[in-house]
Amino acid sequence: MLTESEPHYRQPLLKTPFHERARTLSQLDSFVPWAGYTTVDVFTSVEQEYFAIRNASSLYDLTPMVKYRIAGPDALRFLNRLVTRDIRKLAPGKVAYTVWCNDEGRLIDDGTVFCIAPDEYRLCTAERQLDWFRASAIGFDVEIREVTEEVAALAVQGPTSCKLLKAVGLAGVERLKPFEHAALSMVGSGGAGRIAMMVSRTGFTGDLGYELWMQPTDAEAVWDALLAVGSSRAVRPIGSRALNMARIEAGFVLPNLDFVSAEHTLYLGTERSPLELGLAWLVDFNKGHFTGRRALLAEQARGPRQQLVGLDVEGTKPAHNALLYRDPSGRKEVGSVTSATWSPTCKRNLALAMVHAPYIATGSTVWAEIYLNRELVWQRRMVRARVVERPFFAPARRRVTPPADF
Amino acid sequence: MNSAGRTHYDSVVVGGGHNGLVCAAYLARGGRRVLVLEAAERVGGAAVTREFAPGFRTSACAHLLHLMPPALMRELGLEAHGLRLAARNLPTVALAEDARHLSFGPGNLAALAAHSGSEAAALADWQALLKRFARALHPLLSETPPRLGSDAWRDAYALLGLGWRIRRLGRRDMRELLRIGGMCVYDLLEDRFSLPLLKGALALDAVLGTNYGPRSPGTVVSLLYRCAASQGEEALAQPAGGLGAVAEALAQAARAAGAEIRTGAPVARLVVREDRVTGVVLASGEEITATTVVSSADPKSTFLTLLGAEHLDAGFARRVAQVRSRGLTAKLHLALERLPQFPGLTTEALRARLLVAPSADYIERAYNHAKYDEFSSRPMLEVTIPSLADATLAPPGKHVMSIIVQYAPYALAGGWEGQRAAFTASIIDTLAAYAPQLRECISASELLVPPDIEREFRISGGHWHHAELALDQFLMVRPVPGAAQYHTPVPGLFLCGAGCHPGGGVMGLAGRNAARQLLREAA
Repeated sequence: MLTESEPHYRQPLLKTPFHERARTLSQLDSFVPWAGYTTVDVFTSVEQEYFAIRNASSLYDLTPMVKYRIAGPDALRFLNRLVTRDIRKLAPGKVAYTVWCNDEGRLIDDGTVFCIAPDEYRLCTAERQLDWFRASAIGFDVEIREVTEEVAALAVQGPTSCKLLKAVGLAGVERLKPFEHAALSMVGSGGAGRIAMMVSRTGFTGDLGYELWMQPTDAEAVWDALLAVGSSRAVRPIGSRALNMARIEAGFVLPNLDFVSAEHTLYLGTERSPLELGLAWLVDFNKGHFTGRRALLAEQARGPRQQLVGLDVEGTKPAHNALLYRDPSGRKEVGSVTSATWSPTCKRNLALAMVHAPYIATGSTVWAEIYLNRELVWQRRMVRARVVERPFFAPARRRVTPPADF
Repeated sequence: MNSAGRTHYDSVVVGGGHNGLVCAAYLARGGRRVLVLEAAERVGGAAVTREFAPGFRTSACAHLLHLMPPALMRELGLEAHGLRLAARNLPTVALAEDARHLSFGPGNLAALAAHSGSEAAALADWQALLKRFARALHPLLSETPPRLGSDAWRDAYALLGLGWRIRRLGRRDMRELLRIGGMCVYDLLEDRFSLPLLKGALALDAVLGTNYGPRSPGTVVSLLYRCAASQGEEALAQPAGGLGAVAEALAQAARAAGAEIRTGAPVARLVVREDRVTGVVLASGEEITATTVVSSADPKSTFLTLLGAEHLDAGFARRVAQVRSRGLTAKLHLALERLPQFPGLTTEALRARLLVAPSADYIERAYNHAKYDEFSSRPMLEVTIPSLADATLAPPGKHVMSIIVQYAPYALAGGWEGQRAAFTASIIDTLAAYAPQLRECISASELLVPPDIEREFRISGGHWHHAELALDQFLMVRPVPGAAQYHTPVPGLFLCGAGCHPGGGVMGLAGRNAARQLLREAA
């Protein structure tokens, strides 16, 4: 807890309720700060953890994800004016991924909205933004409270995740369809009472997976139960690095990597709109007014100047931070890479890139400037990159209900 | 008539205060079908003359007319529509406790010269300079404020024009304008004058109706603004029948131009369809459709109450919510059984504007209280006895006294209920130092503090100017960026009230500028 007496810079990073367990299993002691918490970057090796996501099940502590409880008679009207999607279509038990913008239609953040009850929602965001929510609450009868520390969150992702959760006793989890949530419970260890939690079929891997939202006091018991059952099933805790590979394969954008919140940008023109990020499908112009709507309509009428696209880059070296050119001469810049990874599952060299308007159509070719390190000898390469559809990896199992047992 | 059989208007003006009426009159003269909707039973808004005790009437807020440009009055033919002045070119009398009062006015410095030749010369010098500044700045007030960073020729022209007029002041005046522009009025007066009484009187003009004391930054700007509005003439006039008569004449002018005016018709909300304001719904439930709705209500009422934040972007709504709009000015009305004696002043001299602001320090001390949400124990006063020039305001032989009082915080610590009598007493005690029998003359009184003004005139915060007159709420940022050119982010909705450039005071320019902007945009 932050206290008034200590300045924030003297406060240690917070520890999540899973921290002690994670420390024990962390071979590398590789922790990184995330939204005021210390969290694991890598437990053992990025590759091992990545394959747990794609071939078995992975546990990922997402407690630092900022969570807000939004409740009151105007909760729905408030949210519908805040975000770009039509939340009126979100029934209790449903979850929606959405973004929200400032007055200029520039992206502030993305996140998920959970409809708990007609007048109660949970909004999970990457960054804290009580200030923006309070501004957005002017004129609405709504209570906004950050509950990040009150909820421990654990993502269980991978093709065997449903089987794993059934095995620890979370009966009914198999009935959850994508973007649904439900209150479920499992038997506590050592004859303790049942552990209640909210389970949602959501995730950041583009694969079959669930997120468990529980009381912090139950966190260790749930972690222990999952690993006890999962140890013979190749279940692993994973860090943020492995997750980042999976999310690029899934084509998801990440704040501060693929865009910078318009609330944080300092340079003019570095803010991004949802249309530029290829998230036009999230923007519902027909639902009535929302913040940024008039600006986004004008932008839509103008047409895009640049857009985030998926790239299939030749070769195997990830095109981290690469500048993109019109042709191999490297004279005309046409964009830059925001995220890149080698995809072990797709066996392709993937990237997300912000590309100027003439080159955003699928099938367009641009050239990436890549630096190779051959035993400390650096070489510059211009490699061909093709604009391809996102997501790069979208297995059918992510949508099947009930999920198959493996 | 539209399909539902109701009448459709080109423009509905929300609020029949003076700016709403001016706007309606100009729109009607521009050929628009206009309807003015006023919540109260009479037009005028805060520019109204009302009875506060049986037989005693006075202007509810401002009690002198000096800011309304002669051009506007001429264009609307206010004289032909019944406006008469009971008194004009009123002098100002700075009251002194030792009865050695200072009387002065534009082109009338003889009395001051008899008191102090050097001060009279300094004042003549200052008034001439102000007049030159006013000539340079006044055109800015009678135009839509230019947008910065726009590439429209009109915006560039307005900025170039301002630059040119300031340059044309000549090197010395231009340097002086730039030097004093950011100063507080206290320092400026220290530079130029030595009589505390004179400095107090001049400081009062800079802070009247604002939330500032003489030592607050930006008070020279508010003084320049007042001078620019009156074009340096500062011709204080008293309309026959009080300020309400101005509103009545404006209403006549609007009607003559073809506008309809409905009183007792409070607007409950604006109607938004397909992201456009398409009309209003009255408190009675009646819906009236219009191509444009022009609101003379204050920005907070217009955007957050009548329109609703849900039709606005959150950042814009936040800017509106943060407009500084709490009033600090109160009004005290006294019914006088007989005229009190002011030692040192003849009855004739009492027709003047009487100021209780014996020094700039006195005003600053009065302001100190307001910083801590207390009322001034020794307030600054602007006093008129309008019944001297206009016998219709009081029963025969009796008089009304109208006092503008500072400072009276909107959010008084402990609340106004229970402290009204104490504040009234402090005002009367203050004035009694100059008119010892004042208390015995009073038969009735009425105190209007900002929450009263908020309630009675539907001005959120009870600020006379709807939004504080300060550099950060001036010109192209008044009331907020995004609504400073009279149009708003919501198509079909315009503003024309005191919250817009160039602000309140019974000036009418906000209404005229808004009407011209609307006519231009629709043309």
